[in-house]
Order: sequence, then structure tokens, then C-alpha cells
Amino acid sequence: MDELGDRTMDMTDSASTNQPLLEVKDLRVVLPLLEGNLVAADGVSFAIRPGRTLGLVGESGCGKTITAQSILKIAPRKARTDGRILLHYADRPATDIIGLGADDPELLKIRGGECAMIFQEPMTSFSPVHTIGNQLMETILLHRTRHRREAHDLAVAMLAKVGIPAPAETLKKYPHHLSGGMRQRAMIAMALASQPRLLIADEPTTALDVTVQAQVLRLMKDLQHDLGMAILYISHDLGVIARMADEVAVMYMGSIVEQAAVRDLLRTPMHPYTRGLMASVPRIGKKSGEPLQSIKGNVPVPINKPRACGFFPRCPVAIEGVCDRVVPPLTPVAAGHSAACFRYSEVVAAAGLDQGGANVH
Amino acid sequence: MTELLFDAADGPQGGHILSRGQIFWAKFTRHRVATVSLVFIVLLYVVVLVAEFVTPYDPFNRHVGYLLAPPTGLQFVDTDGQFHLQPFVYGLKNELNRETFQREYVVDTSKRYPLALFVKGDAYQLFGVIPTDVHLFGVEGDGKVFLAGTDTLGRDLFTRMIFGARTSLFVGLFGLSIGFALGLFFGGISGYFGGTVDNLVQRLTEFLQSLPTLPLWMALAALVPQDWTPTQVYFGISTVLAVVGWTTLARVVRGKLLSLREEDYVMAAKVSGVSEARIILTHLLPGFTSYLIVYLTLAIPQMILGEVALSFLGLGLRPPAVSLGTLLIDSQNIQTVTLSPWLLVPGGLVVLIVVAFSFLGDGLRDAVDPYRT
Amino acid sequence: MLSYIVRRLGYMVVVLILISIVCFYIINLPPGSFIETFATQLEASGAPASQAQLDYLTVRYGLDQPLIVQYWNWIIPLVTHGDFGFSFEWQQPVWSLIADRLWLTIIVSLVSMVFVYAVSIPVAVYSATHQYSAGDYAVSFLGVIGLAVPNFLLALVLLVASARLFGITPTGLFSPEYMNAPWSWGRFVDLLIHLPVPVVVVGLAGTAATIRILRSQLLDEFQKQYVVTARAKGVPEGRLLFKYPFRVALNPIISTAGHLLPEIVSGSTIVAIVLGLPTIGPLLLRAIIAQDTYVAASSLMLLGVLTVVGVVLSDILLAVLDPRVRMGRSN
Ligand SMILES: Nc1ncnc2c1ncn2[C@@H]1O[C@H](COP(=O)(O)OP(=O)(O)OP(=O)(O)O)[C@@H](O)[C@H]1O
Ligand SMILES: [Mg+2]
Repeated sequence: MDELGDRTMDMTDSASTNQPLLEVKDLRVVLPLLEGNLVAADGVSFAIRPGRTLGLVGESGCGKTITAQSILKIAPRKARTDGRILLHYADRPATDIIGLGADDPELLKIRGGECAMIFQEPMTSFSPVHTIGNQLMETILLHRTRHRREAHDLAVAMLAKVGIPAPAETLKKYPHHLSGGMRQRAMIAMALASQPRLLIADEPTTALDVTVQAQVLRLMKDLQHDLGMAILYISHDLGVIARMADEVAVMYMGSIVEQAAVRDLLRTPMHPYTRGLMASVPRIGKKSGEPLQSIKGNVPVPINKPRACGFFPRCPVAIEGVCDRVVPPLTPVAAGHSAACFRYSEVVAAAGLDQGGANVH
Repeated sequence: MTELLFDAADGPQGGHILSRGQIFWAKFTRHRVATVSLVFIVLLYVVVLVAEFVTPYDPFNRHVGYLLAPPTGLQFVDTDGQFHLQPFVYGLKNELNRETFQREYVVDTSKRYPLALFVKGDAYQLFGVIPTDVHLFGVEGDGKVFLAGTDTLGRDLFTRMIFGARTSLFVGLFGLSIGFALGLFFGGISGYFGGTVDNLVQRLTEFLQSLPTLPLWMALAALVPQDWTPTQVYFGISTVLAVVGWTTLARVVRGKLLSLREEDYVMAAKVSGVSEARIILTHLLPGFTSYLIVYLTLAIPQMILGEVALSFLGLGLRPPAVSLGTLLIDSQNIQTVTLSPWLLVPGGLVVLIVVAFSFLGDGLRDAVDPYRT
Repeated sequence: MLSYIVRRLGYMVVVLILISIVCFYIINLPPGSFIETFATQLEASGAPASQAQLDYLTVRYGLDQPLIVQYWNWIIPLVTHGDFGFSFEWQQPVWSLIADRLWLTIIVSLVSMVFVYAVSIPVAVYSATHQYSAGDYAVSFLGVIGLAVPNFLLALVLLVASARLFGITPTGLFSPEYMNAPWSWGRFVDLLIHLPVPVVVVGLAGTAATIRILRSQLLDEFQKQYVVTARAKGVPEGRLLFKYPFRVALNPIISTAGHLLPEIVSGSTIVAIVLGLPTIGPLLLRAIIAQDTYVAASSLMLLGVLTVVGVVLSDILLAVLDPRVRMGRSN
């Protein structure tokens, strides 16, 4: 818990001065499927500042991965993407990644160079027929140096940095020779080898067991400290987010429903979904003896999504006649704290509804 | 993607989720070519079942004076440029060409024979019981309609082709059912018992697969005694085709059994005391039927091609049996077939049938594949 | 690696023995023997043989002994000094009949394999990278046709077309002057000139099948996480394609060589009969019909040996290329 305190401290002093590194504005990703259009991301907006970590949290299938993939333009080919994803530079105007062509050299430079990504499954993220060294050095040769010797040395140093014993030998090994934890370390080494300004970590520890998970998390934080990159940390685990993130965005059915600094969010969750999510997590903010709860029902599949609050059918405090008719916009409801729920008068106002319609609690 | 297809949505938010059957049908019909192929195949089976009625002549009727006659073709416009809604054929004259001194057929435009429906012709018994002489179409009087020409003995090739298709299509089905039984049996015991049995069956399939099929078929077909009746030969050849062709299915059945045995729901059933045989019948087979249907669809053309090849070589069905393969025996003589290329028309039908089955199989496979959208 | 090779080679030897038994057995199963066929032939020609003559022949060729003895008498000289037995019909040693045909069979098969891969790999890559384009549909459609046309029919159509259009029939592997000549540079060139027609005809089905397999393999691989990883690293699309999915998809292609070779040998048997190629196929057909036991069994066996050796070689090549196979292949 004291780590949390530290971070909130230094956030207050630099928050206003820092220019964002990446801005996602109104991202909408639609997957045309046989059954209809699946809206995997719907009006997602957030910003990440240099050196900071934004946690993206939500249940399985809520669109976290699709959102992250859109940043690097690696979403499934059939996906239709709208909105703007701005990558800011210190010395030149920002680039809108969505507008880049598939073979644009700028895009190739951003991928792996400016923004690197660590994937959910360490088991399948490496090509089975190439050595670790081959794949790691490929990144370095693409983004840092053209000399093989130098690339080799950098690769060895990088593997050592992520705590892989005998790095030079590991370079010659094939992925199936490595354990899951070691493979994920190698993956992190590969992502960080180009010294990116933004690291997207898509549930990097979900497939690992708990002790290895703790090691990898610590490693990432140390590396962030050393290299000063920003991180978009994706997880369905609020506990992990609490350890890693400065700021949190909670996603539900393709939309962000609540966003705040991590401490504010954990102390005073405002969206009923976030509250449900927290009630179902053991340990954090819970007195012993209090029963663990689960959110009733499953995440509905966002196909041919009706115009309504996505959480309406599962919400314990839903307002009949309002929540099932209008989409609540994400609106600031307290300092640095936004939520998308008609239980807050700011949201009702932002949606342009008449105040009498919804009862503010 | 799988979840999407099989999870029932709850609540008004979920949009509508299609049932498995609906998804199957939606995916299948999206494949236009597969749908067309299905219609073609169904039609073809219907047509060959009533071959006697659909064809204008008896398949063994030798039309004297019409040896190796070219296709007559159907005309709609006569020599005066006048259009007739009812198609007609011209007469054929066999004349001596004064330059080459060869006999050749000349179209006699002075004689017009309109094509009629339900004409009386060669007598036959429909379905082997109903005696009649009515044919779906034909020409009246002394005119002849040879849609695909005639063979070396003056028999109508179109008629023989429909009869040949009947034989070949059913050789396919019969050989397939034998091969199917063999494949299920060997794959079944292999996957079910595992261990030594599995090892032996595995080696056997590997062995058969590493041999070139056709020479093996040829050798086996030579085992069919010369003095067998056409029916016996027919079943003999089907069996030969099946004996070599079961290995793919066996391999897949085995693999499926092995992997399915590990699945949770099978474990659960076992723990709750359900007998293994029952598990296989109630749990494993249904999950496998879609694959089997696809397999069958793609295996039928292989059987047909096998029969055609063997009969063509003179090792399969033998005349007077009429099959797509035996019809091609005539075309073994290059001189004859060069002068009368219509002898190759049955080959075209073979290609059409095989293509239709392949497209149908592809469409079915895509439709049953839950990973494809 | 070495133990894997030794295991495969050991397996090969066992299979070869099995093949020899099966071939010999199958060939001997038909009711009646060569002697009877011979007798009928003589009778048909108007000079029937006497019973004594036939009995003599039976004893002379050991046809009165049990099958297993006949097999033994056949296989032992074969293994010890390459003696494949004697042809009843041609009245000469089987090996002298078969030797030249064996080499030509191997040449036709290998060149067909090369043709199959040379055509199918680029076409499949194009088709997979341009999925749902007009070109992709065209390739898929032609692929289905290619698989559906029986190769002997294709051969016939080519013969007829060429006879009607150009007045020549492209049969055989040699021009008449080289037909029975000893090997020379001129004969080799002549062979090269004659190869394209049979190779295309024999290779068509295999090409169609390989395009299909490789295309769907590539499309599968494109979806794989490691391709996404590589793309996320900023690898340009073209290089990505060749370094990753293509490289991984190559393995099943090499292992399909194991299926392709038997198919090609099988297909070339009947094509050779139509095109009159001096390969093993036509000899086998004749021997089967005439019940010329030793020729038929040897031909069938050599074709089997050819494919089995090919399959084992492709297995070993695959092991060299794929680190996962080296680890110990379950299948
Ligand atoms: N290739 C695809 N084809 C069809 N639907 C897809 C595809 N990829 C993702 N989806 C759908 O898009 C939605 C969002 O998926 P996404 O992978 O972003 O979820 P997620 O939040 O990352 O979940 P998880 O925690 O399980 O990784 C899901 O409903 C998913 O089923
Ligand atoms: Mg995900």
C-alpha cells in the first residue's frame, strides 16, 4: 500500500506539466461477423503521459486487447477502425497512427521502435523455428543498430537485464527450450531492446504462476524506473493494476466506464461495475469476514449493440427507462475522476437529459 | 470466436445469437458454388435413378448406319433464319468424301425433326418393374437425336453416359461404405485400445499410404476372376477401391478418439460411471459426425476416379457393363478419338461430378468449421 | 538426430521387406498361372501346347512349389545379387527389362516433383497474400479443376488436341532414333525435349493439391501470435511473410513430399500407359494382364521401394529443418 502512496505523491507534482505521449480519441473498432457487427471498442478515449503507467482493466472479452492492437495497427485484418490515435513527439507534430498505411515506413518505425508490445501468451509469441537470438536481434537490427556484432552484444545485455541466466547461450536456444517465465522475460527483453517510449503490456503475467508473476511485475517496474518509458498495462486483475498503475481506466463492453488515479478509484469506486469488480477481488479494501461477491450474469456479447448502458442488465442500481434507453457518457464527476453512470447528475447533464428523469442518489 | 457461436446470450443486450444449425446453413449457403454443386449432385442422382426414362434410347441399341456419328446438336434457328421455340435436329447423311475418299457424316438440312417430349421409343422397365416405352424426350419418325454422338458400335453416347454415371456414382457409394466401415473399425480400435493394437494399425496405415495407389489397385483388380458376372465384378472392384482407401479416415478417427478421450466432459462421464462404449456412442460420435460428412463428400470422387482409371485400363468393370470408365475404353485408340473427339465427353462428365463433390465438400467443411467466419 | 535417422532407416528396411512379401503374394493370388495364360495364348494362335510341355514349364519355373518357397527363390537372389528373376513372357531376365524403365520412372517422377513445387509455391504465396482477390478465386477454382481432371484424361485431351491442331502426337520419351540407343548427350537432350508434356500432365493434380495445402497453411500461420509479434516489432510485411509464416509452412510442405511422391508415381503409371512412356507403368499393366509373375512383382515392388525411400528421405529432411521434430516426434 505504501507504494501506492508514493506514486500518488509524484503524480500530483508533475501531472499538470506533462504533455501526453499517446492520446487515443474516440476509438471505435467494429468486427463484421456473420451474426452482425461486433463493436469491440466503442468511443474509447484516454491519454498516457511519459514515464507513467495507465492500467486498463476489465473482464475477458471487453475489448482490452483490440484497443491495444489498434495502437500498433495490428488488429485483425477485417476490423474497421475509426477515431484518432495520436503519438506525440517532442520535436515534431504528432502522428495519427490510424491514418498510416500498412507499409508506411513511419508505422514500421513506431511498431517496436516508439511503441513495443508484450503479449498475453508467452508460449506462442515466439516463432518456433527461429532461435531466441534471431528474433531478439531482429528487433535491435530494425531499430537500433545495423551492425550484427553490436546487436549481438545489445541482445546479451538485454537478456542479462531481464534476469535470464547465461544470456549468451540463451540466444542460441529455441523457444521450446525455455520455461514460460523465461520466455516472458525474453519477450520483455525483446520489447524493451529498442528502448521504446511506450510499452504496451497485454496481460503479460496472466499465463504465469504466482511467484513468477511477482518477479516479472517487479522486473517491469524496475525497468520502467531505469528506462523511463510509459506503460499501458492491461489486466483483468485489479490487484495487479493496483501494484503497477498510476491511473486506471475500467473497460466494459468496449467502452471505458470509469477513469481515475489508481488511489481514487480504489478508495471511491463510482461506477457500479467497478464496485462489483472490486467486491469480487479478495484482499484489496476488504475487511476480513466480508463475503466475496460476484457480478451476476455474464458479459453480453456486443453484437448489434443496442443504444443503452452496456451494464444495464447486470446493474443492481439501474434506472428503468433511462439506463436502458440512453448511453451514459464518460463525464468528470469529481476532481480527476470520471464515470459513465446516470446515478451522477453530471452524467445526466452531459447526456442532455432533463434532471427530473433520473434520481440522483 | 467459438464462444460467440455457442454461448447463449442472456439479457436483451446480447443481440441475437444464431443456433448451430442456422450458422451452419448460413455459412454453407454463403458458398454459392457449393450450393449449386449440391443441387447438381442431387439432380444427377435423381436423373440416373430414372435413367431409362430420361434418355432417348436403350443403351445397347446399335443404330445401324450411325457408327461414330457426331453429336447432332439442338437447333433453334432454321436455314431460313426463322426461330423455333421447339428445338429440332437435322438429319445426318453418311457420304463418301470425294477428296479424301473417307466416309463422313454430313448434316442434311433438308430434313428437320422437332424434338418432342414423352415420345415412344425403345421399351424398358422403369425401376425394373413398370414396363413402358415412353422417353422424356426424343424425335419422332426416322430422325435421330445423339446429344453426344455415338460410339464405335453406333450406340447413343448420351444415353450410355447417363447409364454409366449411374454405375460410377453407385460404385462410389458402395466402395465408400466399405472403406468407411474399414476406416471406422481400424481407426476405432486403434484409438480405443491404444498400445500394441494402435501401434500395429498405425504401421499398417503408414505402410499402405507409402505405396502408390494405382499400381496397388491394378494388382488387386487383377485378383477379380475373369469369369465373374458384371455384378460380381462391380462389387469386387468397389471392394478393391475400398481396401486401399480407408487409411485417411482411420488416421483421423484415431486422432479424434485420442484427443476426445482427454476432454473434460468425457472424463466427467467416466468418473460418474458411464461405460466406455456408451461414452463413445453418445459423446464422441456426435462431435465427429460433421467431420465424417465432409470426409464422405470428399472421398466419393476419389472412388469414382479410381473406378474410371481402372476400367479405362481394362482392369476394372468390363463391357458390356456401362460405366464412365468403360465408356472411355473406346478412346484408348488415339486415331479413333482424334477423328471422333466426342468419345471424350464422358470424361467431361467425370470432371463435372468430381468438381461438384469437391466444391460441396469444401462448402461443408467451411460450414462445420467453428473457427471460420 | 542420428538416432532419429537410424530409426527411420530401420523402419524403411522393415517396410521394404513387407512390400516385397505383399507384392509377391498379391501377384500370385489370381486364379490360374502364367502357364495357363500361355497355354490359352498358344491355343488361340492355333498351335496348342502339349500337356507334357506345360508340365515341363511348370517344374522349370518352380510353379508347382508352395508360394513361400517361390517367394524365397525370388527374394534371395534378388537381395544377394540383384537378380529379379526371369520374364516368362519376354524370355529374358527381369532386370534387363526393367533397368532402363526404372531410371526413366525416377527421372519423370523427380522432375514432376520439381515442377509441382516450382509452380505451387509461388502461386500459393500469391494466393494467400491476396486472399479474396480475383486472382485468389481464380487459383482456387483452377485448383479444384486440376484435382478433378483425371490425368490420363488430360493426357488424352492433349494428344487429341495436338493431333488435330498440329498433326503430331506427343507420345513417348524419345524420338525414334534414340529409342534404343545407348545413353549419350544427344539422347539426354532428346529426353529433355520430350519431358514437358508428361511432367505437366503427371504433376497437375499434385500441383493443385500442394497449392491448396500451402495456401491454407499460410493463411493459418498468418493468424498465429508469433506473426503478430513480429509485425508489432516493425518487420516489413514482405520480409515478415518470408521469414515467418512461409518458413513454418514449409515444414508441412516437405512432409507432404511423403504423400506427393506416391501420388506422382501412381499418377505417372496410367499417364505413361496413355502417352506410351517407356517407364515401369506400362510394363506393370502388361505383366499383370499376362500374369508374368516376376515382372509384375518386381515392377510393383520397385514402385513401392521408390516411394518408401522418398518418404523416408523427406522425413529426414524435415527433421533437419524443424527443431521441434528433432526433439522426438510423436507421430
Ligand atoms: N479475430 C476476431 N474475430 C472475431 N471476434 C474477435 C476477434 N478478436 C477479438 N474478437 C472479439 O472482440 C471482443 C474484444 O476482444 P479482446 O480480445 O479485445 O478482449 P480482451 O478484453 O482482451 O479479453 P481477454 O481478457 O480475454 O484477453 C471480444 O468479444 C472478442 O470475442
Ligand atoms: Mg486480451
